[in-house]
Amino acid sequence: MSTLKIAFFAACLTLITGCATTHDARILGADNQVESRSMQTRSFDTSDRTIVIRNVISTLQDLSFVIDKADTDLGTVSATRLYKGNKVRMTVTARPSSTKKSTIVRANAQYNLKPIENPKIYQDFFTSLSKSLFLSANAVE
Amino acid sequence: MKKLKYIFIACALGMTGCATTAPEDLFQVAETSLQDRQMQSRFFETDNELELLSAGVAVLQDMGYSIDETETKSGVITASKTVDATNNAQIAGAVLLAVLGGGNMSIDSQQQIKVSFVTLPSKNNKNGYLARATFQRIVINTQGQETKVETMKTEELYNEFFTKLSKSVFLEAQQI
Repeated sequence: MSTLKIAFFAACLTLITGCATTHDARILGADNQVESRSMQTRSFDTSDRTIVIRNVISTLQDLSFVIDKADTDLGTVSATRLYKGNKVRMTVTARPSSTKKSTIVRANAQYNLKPIENPKIYQDFFTSLSKSLFLSANAVE
Repeated sequence: MKKLKYIFIACALGMTGCATTAPEDLFQVAETSLQDRQMQSRFFETDNELELLSAGVAVLQDMGYSIDETETKSGVITASKTVDATNNAQIAGAVLLAVLGGGNMSIDSQQQIKVSFVTLPSKNNKNGYLARATFQRIVINTQGQETKVETMKTEELYNEFFTKLSKSVFLEAQQI
């Protein structure tokens, strides 16, 4: 019986440690900057940042978000959505591209305690935003 | 029998596993999105966005909210308040349970409500602005647990909000 007990506790321990990521990754983010940046970023062919920010806000509202903060000069919007007992927090930034002819929009979101790393989820957001702006969302190289 | 107990615990542990990941359709526009937008928005015939925003601030203050953030350039106001969340039905239930000899039942005690009020130049009608309000709340029970974490989507809430807003702005709120 005691062997079974020890084996059981060992199994539990591996299960628990298996889930946890390293300390640094939780504070400084995962080590996939390039990948996450490309799925979180799109470029829109307009230099009018205010229009982009206003459309970001209305897209977020369409997705049941409540806006927490917005700064048009800096081009940032933060919002929270409460969804079936879960908390989704999102920050969207809009900055001019190096040529100043387009606006680069980056969105990053967190679902409860974990960052969202599914490209499809971001894709859905940019699809809605591009419909709202009447502009296509271009990938940023 | 003892073996069975361990298997059961192991299964329970397996089920809880790691923290939940986001569902795939999280940012897909819901089917009710258009209805929600109509419920939460009104059109105001005015060329003064600032006046509409400050009417929003006034109404939120009337309703006991404190203003957290304002951004006039993109027309955003956010406000919040924490209020009582007790309701008589729950109290009655708890009392009944206590009388029947049941344990200490926790009931909803307070709720944190957050609202954002956003103005937007109308795309269809150049002579006015759209105002959209969205409410959400977190209800906490007597044991400090979150019992409701939700977006508030009742029509009466928004109707009443916009009725108050139109009085404050001296303009008629029009359905969109």
